[in-house]
Amino acid sequence: MEGFDFLQPIVFTVTALNAYLRELLETDEVLQDLWVRGEISNFSQPRSGHLYFTLKDSEAAMRCVMWKPSAMRLRFTPADGMLVEAHGALSIYPAQGQVQLYVDALRPAGEGALYQEFLQLRARLEAEGLFDPSHKRPLPRLPKHIGVVTSATGAALHDILQTLNRRLPTLHVTVAPTPVQGVDAPAGIIAALKRLNALPDLDLIILARGGGSIEDLWAFNDEGLARAIFASRYPVISGVGHETDFTIADFVADLRAPTPTGAAELATPITKEELQAALQGAEAQLTELINRQLEDFKQALQLAQSELRRTSPRLRILNNIQRVDELQGRLERAIQQQLQRKQNNLANACDRLASLNPQAVLKRGYAIITDQATGKIISHTRQAAPWQPVWLQVQDGRIPAQITPPPKENKKDDRNKT
Amino acid sequence: MTETKPESMDFETAFNALQEIIAKLESAELPLEEALRLYEEGKRLAALCTSILENAQLRVSTLGEESPNESAFDFSEP
Repeated sequence: MEGFDFLQPIVFTVTALNAYLRELLETDEVLQDLWVRGEISNFSQPRSGHLYFTLKDSEAAMRCVMWKPSAMRLRFTPADGMLVEAHGALSIYPAQGQVQLYVDALRPAGEGALYQEFLQLRARLEAEGLFDPSHKRPLPRLPKHIGVVTSATGAALHDILQTLNRRLPTLHVTVAPTPVQGVDAPAGIIAALKRLNALPDLDLIILARGGGSIEDLWAFNDEGLARAIFASRYPVISGVGHETDFTIADFVADLRAPTPTGAAELATPITKEELQAALQGAEAQLTELINRQLEDFKQALQLAQSELRRTSPRLRILNNIQRVDELQGRLERAIQQQLQRKQNNLANACDRLASLNPQAVLKRGYAIITDQATGKIISHTRQAAPWQPVWLQVQDGRIPAQITPPPKENKKDDRNKT
Repeated sequence: MTETKPESMDFETAFNALQEIIAKLESAELPLEEALRLYEEGKRLAALCTSILENAQLRVSTLGEESPNESAFDFSEP
C-alpha cells in the first residue's frame, strides 16, 4: 500500500475524463437500451428539428435529446407537463460534461401498459380461434343492403356514403350511428351491431372510424366488441384508422380494409360501370344466343323438309308408275309369246289338215265317185245302180261316167275293186 | 322461372333473373317458342336493369336507438 504514495497520481484532462466516462456509459448494456418514465419540461424544438427536453419526476431530472429522424416518427406532439416514456441510450455531452439520454422513441406514459394489454388480448382471442380464417365469411358480390356502424358526425360516414353512391347507387344503406371514441364507445358500437343484426335482410356490415391517435382508436381493441363482431350474423368489414393501424376489430372482422373508404370499396366489388358493361355484354349475348337458336331451327327445318321430300308418296307413286310400265312390258311380251305359240300350233294343224285333204289322195291316183243327180259321194255298192250317171273326180277335174251293170261272174270281186 | 312484374323488381333480382335466362338459353334444348319468350324477357330485364342503374341514388336510413328514420344523403358538401 505504501508504494502507491510514491506513484504520481494520474491526472486526467477534462476531455480524457469525459471520454473515459463515455466509454463507461456506452459499454453498459442496461444504459444503452432503456426506458425512462418522466414528465417533460423545458421542451424545445429549434429549426434544426431536433428535440431537447428534460425528463423529471419529483426527485430528479435528466436531460434528453431526440434527433430529427426519430422526432419525425413521433405520433404525437410532446409538450411540457406530459407524462411520457422515453426509450434510448445514455451518453455524455462532452461540451458541458452533461450526461444525457439520447431518445429514439417516445410514447405517452401508460401506452406501454395498454400495448401489453393489447398483445395479451390479441394472443388470447387468437388462441380461442376468433381470428381463424375458417370463420371468415364470404362477402356477397352484389350486395343490396349494407349496414354501417360509425359516428354520425365523422368524416368516415361521409366518405363511406360517397364511395358507395359512386360505386353502387342501387344500394340501400342503413346507418347505425354510435360514438366511436371514449369510454362509452365499445358499448355503443356493440349496441349498433346488435341493432343491425336484428334487421332481416342485410348483406354485410361496415364498421368504421376515421384516422386518429392510437388512443382514439382504442375502443376497437375492446374484447366485448371483438366477440360481438365474431357473433354477428352478417359479415363485417372493418375500416378503422389508417393503413398502418391494426386493431383487434380488424383481426376479428371477416375482411379488414385499411380505411373507411377502403371498406366501402371492398363492400362493393362490382361497380355501376362494371354492371353497365356487363349488361351491354348480356344484351349482345342474348341476341347472339337467339340468333344461333333461330339458325339451328332453320337448319332443322331444312333437314326436315328434305327428309319429307325423301319419304313423300310422290316418289312412291313415280316408283309405282315405273313398275306398272315394267309389268305392262312383261304383259305384252307374254301375250306376243302366247300368240306366237298359237300361230305355230295353227300352222302345224294346217299342215296336218292338209295331209288329210282328199285332194292329196286324188293326187296319188285315187278318184271320188259322185252321183251326177244328187252330188253325193258313192262310197258303198248299194248306192250304185246300173246306168246311173256319175262323176269320177280325179286330181285335175271330173270325168263323166256311167255305172255298168254287174257282170254275171265275179260280180262280188269287181265291186270290191272299185 | 318465376315471373315477376318488372315494376316491383329491384336491380339485383332483375340482374340475377337476366343471368339465369342467359344460362338457360346457353345450355338447354328449348322449344322455339320458349327460346323466343326467354329472349324477349331477357331484353326486357336488361333494359330494366340499365334504367334502374341510370336512375339509382343511394338510399340511406338511420337506425338509431330511437325509431328508425330514412333520409336522402346530402352529397353536396365536400
